[in-house]
Amino acid sequence: MPSLKDLKNKIASIKNTRKITKAMQMVSAAKLRRAQESAEAARPYAERMNAVMGGLSASAATSASAPRLLAGTGSDKVQLLVVMTSERGLCGGFNSTIVRLARAKANELIAQGKTVKILTVGKKGREQLRRDYASNMVGHVDMSEVKRVGYANAQSVARDILARFEAGECDVVTIFYNRFQSVIAQIPTAQQIIPAKFEAGSANALYDYEPSEEAILADLLPRGVATQIFTALLENGASEQGARMSAMDNATRNAGEMITKYTTIYNRSRQAAITKELIEIISGAEAL
Amino acid sequence: MAGSLQFDLVSPERRLASLSASEVQIPGADGDLTVMEGHAPTITTLRPGVLRIISAEGTKSYVVTGGFAEITAAGVSVLAERAVPQEEITQSSMDALIADASAAAAVNSDKDSADKAVADLLAMRTAAGF
Repeated sequence: MPSLKDLKNKIASIKNTRKITKAMQMVSAAKLRRAQESAEAARPYAERMNAVMGGLSASAATSASAPRLLAGTGSDKVQLLVVMTSERGLCGGFNSTIVRLARAKANELIAQGKTVKILTVGKKGREQLRRDYASNMVGHVDMSEVKRVGYANAQSVARDILARFEAGECDVVTIFYNRFQSVIAQIPTAQQIIPAKFEAGSANALYDYEPSEEAILADLLPRGVATQIFTALLENGASEQGARMSAMDNATRNAGEMITKYTTIYNRSRQAAITKELIEIISGAEAL
Repeated sequence: MAGSLQFDLVSPERRLASLSASEVQIPGADGDLTVMEGHAPTITTLRPGVLRIISAEGTKSYVVTGGFAEITAAGVSVLAERAVPQEEITQSSMDALIADASAAAAVNSDKDSADKAVADLLAMRTAAGF
């Protein structure tokens, strides 16, 4: 039976925790709004890009001279998995769900006898994957200094990936991130970015191309990769804040429940102590 | 009186401009082109240069470093990787751009295109009035 003082300390400490989780929840809510806004703002560009690329790639994919970024290297031996996670913890199952998906994919590919390489973006994913796939890790992109994800960040990730692809270090590149659906639902998503896959857009046959269709495609494909990564990073950012918000909401509620529970125990034992004292006094008086 | 066309300028991060213009001058990869109402549908890549939009409210200029433009019957959309209103461009930001490109050119395997990018940027600096 804990003493009254112990209980009092415990309640005070839980109250502090609740204050912290409550504050974190509110901070995440504000950050989530910002992240959603930037995801929203980035949408027109990505949509246009995909529409144009869809049209271009539909007509180019059939020709023999299709760029390697679109047609692939003709092999799928070496797979590069780009796993995007957060830099900080305390966001519920956010990182674990991405890592779980990536791990399942990696195991599946290894079982098929393919070479798997892993590039991590964000510290948390690296920590979790390092345990099992230490020999498969080929790189890490540190985002801890990045306050707000900009296109430049996506570009540097894209450059890294493209350089590896150009050097023949990988045949297929897949990115893993959480697609933001709502504050309580984030969908872990695997998306293949090289060779590029676009929804076949409506035929763009009516366009004039300057300089030429192939040249434009060759110029746009690397940008398309960067745009896809940028979209993924933004979705991931919003998902992270959403996940943290609901995790902190849960934590706050749990802390509230614990406080009620411990307060009841505290009051009961205080009452018990008083009753005991009274009985002692009364029985003492009766004995006289 | 020339008709008007819808002009959109979007960067990866946000929509920078959306307005009705009478004339848009685009620094295309193969040379400058001016788009007016009724232009044939075209997709062109951009070289670093100055994008000018002439509308009823006057002329607006943006310095763009690359991207592409989609010209349709409905209007023009320019997807630029980086676009800065000309009045916000300073000597130092311009120099930083050129330094970036030169650094990229130094390590780029495709020497010609990288050198061309630097040359385009230098030409753009002149065009922007520095």
